[in-house]
Amino acid sequence: MTQLIDRRLSGKNKSAVNRQRFLRRFKGQIRKAVSDAVSGRSISDVENGEKVSIPARDMSEPIFHHGPGGSRQIVHPGNTDFVAGDTVDRPRGAEGQGGKAGNDGEGMDDFVFELSKEEFLQFFFEDLALPNLVKTQLTAVPEYKSVRAGYSSDGNPANIHVVRSLKGALGRRLVLASPCRTRLREAEEELEALRGRTEEDDPGVRALLDEIRQLREKIEAIPFIDTFDLKYSNRIPQPRPTSQAVMFCLMDVSGSMDEEKKNVAKRFFILLYLFLTRSYERIEVVFIRHHTIAKEVDENDFFTSRESGGTVVSSALDLMLEIIRERYPTSLWNIYAAQASDGDNWDDDSPLCRDLLAGSIMPLVQYYAYIEIAPDPAQNLWREYEQVAQAFGHFAMQRIEDVKDIYPVFRELFGKQAA
Amino acid sequence: MSDKKLLSETSEWTFDLIKRYEAEIARVAADFGLDTYPNQIEIISSEQMMDAYSSVGLPVGYHHWSFGKQFLATQKSYQRGQSGLAYEIVINSNPCIAYLMEENTMMMQALVVAHASYGHNSFFKGNYLFRAWTSADAIIDYLLFAKNYIASCEERYGEEAVELFLDSCHALANYGVDRYKRPASLSMQREQARQKEREEYLQFQVNDLWRTLPERQTQAGSREEERFPPEPQENLLYFIEKNAPLLAPWQREVVRIVRKINQYFYPQRQTQVMNEGWATFWHYTILNRLYDEGLVNDGFMLEFLQAHTNVLYQPPYYKKYYSGINPYALGFAMMSDIRRICEQPTAEDREWFPDLAGSDWLKALDFAMRNFKDESFIAQYLSPKVIRDLKLFAVLDDDSHSQLEISAIHDDRGYRAIRQALADAYNLGNREPNIQVYRVDRRGDRSLTLRHTMHSRRPLDHSADEVMKHVARLWGFTVRLETVHEDGGVELSHECVVEK
Repeated sequence: MTQLIDRRLSGKNKSAVNRQRFLRRFKGQIRKAVSDAVSGRSISDVENGEKVSIPARDMSEPIFHHGPGGSRQIVHPGNTDFVAGDTVDRPRGAEGQGGKAGNDGEGMDDFVFELSKEEFLQFFFEDLALPNLVKTQLTAVPEYKSVRAGYSSDGNPANIHVVRSLKGALGRRLVLASPCRTRLREAEEELEALRGRTEEDDPGVRALLDEIRQLREKIEAIPFIDTFDLKYSNRIPQPRPTSQAVMFCLMDVSGSMDEEKKNVAKRFFILLYLFLTRSYERIEVVFIRHHTIAKEVDENDFFTSRESGGTVVSSALDLMLEIIRERYPTSLWNIYAAQASDGDNWDDDSPLCRDLLAGSIMPLVQYYAYIEIAPDPAQNLWREYEQVAQAFGHFAMQRIEDVKDIYPVFRELFGKQAA
Repeated sequence: MSDKKLLSETSEWTFDLIKRYEAEIARVAADFGLDTYPNQIEIISSEQMMDAYSSVGLPVGYHHWSFGKQFLATQKSYQRGQSGLAYEIVINSNPCIAYLMEENTMMMQALVVAHASYGHNSFFKGNYLFRAWTSADAIIDYLLFAKNYIASCEERYGEEAVELFLDSCHALANYGVDRYKRPASLSMQREQARQKEREEYLQFQVNDLWRTLPERQTQAGSREEERFPPEPQENLLYFIEKNAPLLAPWQREVVRIVRKINQYFYPQRQTQVMNEGWATFWHYTILNRLYDEGLVNDGFMLEFLQAHTNVLYQPPYYKKYYSGINPYALGFAMMSDIRRICEQPTAEDREWFPDLAGSDWLKALDFAMRNFKDESFIAQYLSPKVIRDLKLFAVLDDDSHSQLEISAIHDDRGYRAIRQALADAYNLGNREPNIQVYRVDRRGDRSLTLRHTMHSRRPLDHSADEVMKHVARLWGFTVRLETVHEDGGVELSHECVVEK
């Protein structure tokens, strides 16, 4: 009469659809929260989930219910010293509901929940207008390459190795048949010998004929191919060769770079970082900020501090070159560089930058991406860099006004990966 | 008492053990005369429990963002350890489905089996509201039908259209119940077979309603227009399903689904205290019997009592985490009290409950379970002893007074007042604003007018504006809400204009 059923193994994500519906409905608010979160996070920390809070009033499901006011009686437990007829002040904060903790006064706290890592990246990418292929690349877990590794005796039919299987079958047939064949040869010889001496219906001859027939049947009964013979090509997953990379973030922090521009730059750096995490096992990030002189700083200083004064871009390139020489030999490290600036530079310095890049830096790095965050027409640095871009395929540059414009800088980089 | 009789000694559960415990519990329950549906007990993981939570305990539900919201909220508070999950969920169906979480100990599984599979189960089968309002045999089928139907609507008309429409239906869900008629029983096959027919017929009916208008106007010139509907209608969703002029057939069906599912929950909303009190009383009584028979040991009992008292804890009003009266505590106290009055009546009990005192407690409890809902149960059975034990007191909150007044406490003069006030608090009619369909302007702008009849001058919450937008979306034309004051004065309080 009573049934006991184990349901633990049946699907547990029944609510996944409802969760997706929820996220879709509150896309706007969530996107804003993600965007805020990105500004507040460290570059190497974008890959975690995020706590998102949405004002409760935005997501209420209204129903008709009583509001404060009117007259009502409420029964509470735990009376200590009241007697009938006592009067007390209305407790504050309960909207004059009278209840010491209003029964139906629902809290108006923010609704807080966690976005998973995938969901977080989804929202992050949405902002950047990445092509889908790139999105899947970035969200994918590190991939394994399937390589051949000998043969195995089980596998799926598509992987049957015909030559190997038939070889096995041949060997098996030889081995199984060999005692019979030996005996058959002997028997035939004996028969030959007997026939010379005796009558055709001699019992010895007949016995031998019988035996020969049986042996032939036995040999024929050995199957041509048996499941036992089947061999399959064996494939094992081999992790893609990974190695280490260093990423240089170069940013102009002169007075003209305001908070907003820095935020755009941050996304630019994050995107490169995310790309690198897919391809390399170990990544180091070096932050170099510069105005007239360059300095290596930690991430916090990199994004927050602000200096005034002029701009000498070459100082940062010099420092980068120095750091590469000291700490990141190209034999051990893949070097990537991302530079963000508003395009300001001392006129005399720009040709110097071009020479530095073309002469020393470009041969050392895998990819150099430059973004100029400025609405105004291009200045001398841009023009000089254009020459570099013509000479080197792995130099990318882009003028951007909005985070949407960032992706094209990396188009080639991701395109190469996708190929 | 020999140790050999013990069912188990460790807190680990196995399927075998659950079966043995269940058999013993079934025997004891039958001994006490509990009449139940067959049981179906399902072991699930905590994730699955959260899934079940977010679909209001139903095993199959249609998709909607609000369930996702519910799920996220549950998950958050569970993962942070702010709240444990309920140990069980039980579904009023035949067979009666109860979920056990795999993380529970053996004791907890036994407690849940006794509580849900025998306590709640017998209540579902016996209580008059459940008997009259729900069809335990058909509910799972109907939910499946609803889920498939809504999924097919999403395919045909787009997820967003269906979602927005469901939002509006949910806003009125509490006003989609019949209070006085028994609804036709639900079954998937019959629903499906009739649904097509109904779609066409309804559409025809509704159009007809408006088509007859010009004729009426020419009749005999009598300016006295009959009000439509002739009587106020309290089931708003039903009225909309049958009469809203612009709804597409699939939309009427969706309204109907929301209405039916809410109707199914209607008895549960009215019997919270009784239902939990009954189930708690029985798990307590049954497990104690097992202990008396030597089937479980002291360790089991200590663990059980701790869980039991946790469930029953009633924080007093001045504690920070007080959030109203705990229905488990009140229900258990009252159920146990009925037994006490029958077995060991005091002079006070003889005066208050002359029929009850000294009678057969099993019969008395069974009668109480079958024939009451929270409101009438409290009005009938809340005894002075329970009022004293819980130290209940009533507070009068009147916005025309500057202060709150303690209107009654647990003394001779207060018992009856407290009993009445508490019973009123559980009266759904008082808890929810009384809103009914009053008039449809058939000749003019086709607007719908609802009337809110005030009770004790209590106004609607400001969320009513939002709800009215939903009503307008369902009705398709301007909707108004009039408030009827206690002196009979009528005032237009909310309006949502639909421009055509």
